Amino acid sequence: MSQLIVSPSPHVHSKENTTRLMRDVIIALIPAVLVSIYFFGLNALHLVAVSVIACVAVEYLIQKFLLKGKSTIGDLSAIVTGVLLALNLPVSSPWWLILIGAVVAIGIAKMTFGGLGQNFFNPALVARVVLLVSFPVLMTSSAFQAPESGYLFGNAPEVISSLDATSGATPLAFVKEQLAKGETLSSLMQNPNLSYGQLLFARLGGSAGEVSAIALILGFIYLLIRRVIKPHISLSILITVALFTGILWGINPEKYTDPLFNLLGGGLLLGAFFMATDYVTSPMTTKGQIIFGVGIGVITVVIRYFGAYPEGVSFAILIMNATVPLLNKLKPNRFAKEAQKA
Amino acid sequence: MRTFKLGGVHPADKKISKDAKIEKLPIPEVVYISMGQHLGAPAEPCVAVGDKVKVGTLIANAAGFVSAPVHSSVSGTVKQITAIKDLAGKPSKTVVIEVEGDEWEESIDRSSDIVREIKLGQKEIVERIKCCGVVGLGGATFPTNIKLSPPPTAKPTCVIINGAECEPYLTSDYRVMMEYGEQVLIGGEILMKALGVDKCYVGIEENKPEAISHLKELASKNHPRIEIVKLKKKYPQGGEKQLIDAVIKKRVPSGGLPVDTGAVVQNVGTAFAVYEAVQKNKPLFEGVLTVTGDCSNAQRNFFHRVGTPLSFIAKYCGGIPAEAAKIVSGGPMMGKAVVNMEAPTLKGSSSILYLTKKQTLRHQESNCIRCSKCVSACPMGLEPYLLNKLGRVGMMDELEAHYVYDCIECGCCQFTCPAYIPLLDTIRQSKAAVMKIMRARPKK
Repeated sequence: MSQLIVSPSPHVHSKENTTRLMRDVIIALIPAVLVSIYFFGLNALHLVAVSVIACVAVEYLIQKFLLKGKSTIGDLSAIVTGVLLALNLPVSSPWWLILIGAVVAIGIAKMTFGGLGQNFFNPALVARVVLLVSFPVLMTSSAFQAPESGYLFGNAPEVISSLDATSGATPLAFVKEQLAKGETLSSLMQNPNLSYGQLLFARLGGSAGEVSAIALILGFIYLLIRRVIKPHISLSILITVALFTGILWGINPEKYTDPLFNLLGGGLLLGAFFMATDYVTSPMTTKGQIIFGVGIGVITVVIRYFGAYPEGVSFAILIMNATVPLLNKLKPNRFAKEAQKA
Repeated sequence: MRTFKLGGVHPADKKISKDAKIEKLPIPEVVYISMGQHLGAPAEPCVAVGDKVKVGTLIANAAGFVSAPVHSSVSGTVKQITAIKDLAGKPSKTVVIEVEGDEWEESIDRSSDIVREIKLGQKEIVERIKCCGVVGLGGATFPTNIKLSPPPTAKPTCVIINGAECEPYLTSDYRVMMEYGEQVLIGGEILMKALGVDKCYVGIEENKPEAISHLKELASKNHPRIEIVKLKKKYPQGGEKQLIDAVIKKRVPSGGLPVDTGAVVQNVGTAFAVYEAVQKNKPLFEGVLTVTGDCSNAQRNFFHRVGTPLSFIAKYCGGIPAEAAKIVSGGPMMGKAVVNMEAPTLKGSSSILYLTKKQTLRHQESNCIRCSKCVSACPMGLEPYLLNKLGRVGMMDELEAHYVYDCIECGCCQFTCPAYIPLLDTIRQSKAAVMKIMRARPKK
């Protein structure tokens, strides 16, 4: 013993640290990435690889040359953003689209505000929405119609056999489009590609991360077991969407799709499990988190049914991100009130 | 299973020394008995240099309402009354006694017989506890007699004996429950009589099943009014407010007294000291102390005489291990880092804990990622991340509006923070500053 360390209590720390949390999120995303690679092959791998490398590179370069600070890529948060960005893009995205996404996500949405922990909006979602409104054709269905099969979600075996398989619109978008053309919901629902089994295990419409609901649920369960996140936000989103769409469906089942289809048919699970639960852009208290989740659920359904877009989750999360400073004014439940003065 | 509702963390248990029976530590050649053994005003020495004292002789009187007398822990001659540095390096008035033999005051009953019958009346019990210098041994060392004399507006309904021992590593309370369980329960009976209540609970965490079953057995034999309550393992269960919440589901109001809920909480060690004071007329000059740590050369529990230098104990246990980077007196969550190993033990000393560099060295703090883990962990329902931010820029009004004064300094927030932000460092300072402002306000 030479010298003793002296500091105030507590003298020990839990095993948790930022890098470990980020690593857990990456692990939780692996099932979704693997499923995507399984169905889309090298295209999906290309998407994820370009996105991750671009995000890490952008953060490194900004930190080094613009902020002139110590490198922060070691906290792995850029990798998380990279994977999430990839999962939010169509598999067939060209490299330059991914690169723009990375610059927007890391450069504009994250580093401009001061890096990890400082941003108001979920970086990957900002990038997705910027790309969605800037390159609507590349980002949505019409560009990706598989030539032989008229529909966007061709049979899985065919797709597996073709390495060039691409993704496109979600079933939700497809249904909205067809409804607008005058099709009836009951006839649309006969389509085997819209069966719940298909939606749960592998549907091929939508962005790379939306292929398999099961993969996303597995990741979510992992995050819960590792106590990376608490279930409040995700569950309040899902319950709100289920209730809201359930009411509308009950009123007019010919016009509105059923709740389960709404939960599985679009980008909701990816958003609810991995985007809305982003620490930095979600509220601090349980009360705030529940209001946040309910808000996302309501806005999502309103956009889906009454808005121009078939998908509303991204917008809903970003809108609710903006309310977080306000929601953080809600104090947690206090241990006890002031003593009564005798 | 019962536990407190808000927050809490689960640090690794590490009760390595739990099976080591309490041994008698040898008496050193010189003891240094500090006058600041308790919360409140330091005691005033009533002996002079050259005086002969016996074990148990009163050497200092309580100096004020919140204060406690101090007794000699050895027999010998008073050599000096001077300022000696305590374990934090702060000078404290100390009576230095050179040890000669081990002669006890005759008034102390040294037999090992268990005395069950409580002969003293309510007032006499409190007076005896006061005269014997009994203080709370759970950490705060608050004079016990004050807790037993609640204000007339308060209506005590029960005694809660704190056997949670929620701090990792510490095993002194556990050993006392295992080896002196009957005495602890009689202590509970005495406390009930002192307060005029009919119910006593002993709260023990589930990680001590042997203690739970042992005390349950003893209680079912002789103590029908004492209930052993099994608690879920969660830190800071042994915090007074958390324990009351866990055991009787009542919350101590902010700024109020624990007795406002009807409960009076005493530590297991205190209950044992109460038994010894009331039944054996033995003043508090001896305590149970654990020597432990992953790198420690020994895992032992001792009866130490108050005033024994920490270095004496360390040497007796094979010296300070080479890997030890920090020595903590108390638990790893709320204990104090030792600056000065020559400092003597106090009534409330519960451990010498050796931590390695890997365990205790603080990491470089990084950006807050707003994960809200500190908010979830806070047992008082505060927002540590916010208090830290406000504290760093000194926004006192805001700190008060966010109840910084409710903080119990348990360290859950800092323990759990993935960005290694020293939350409690800032909050502790902010709390002190805000409370100073609040106290300075004219009372309405």
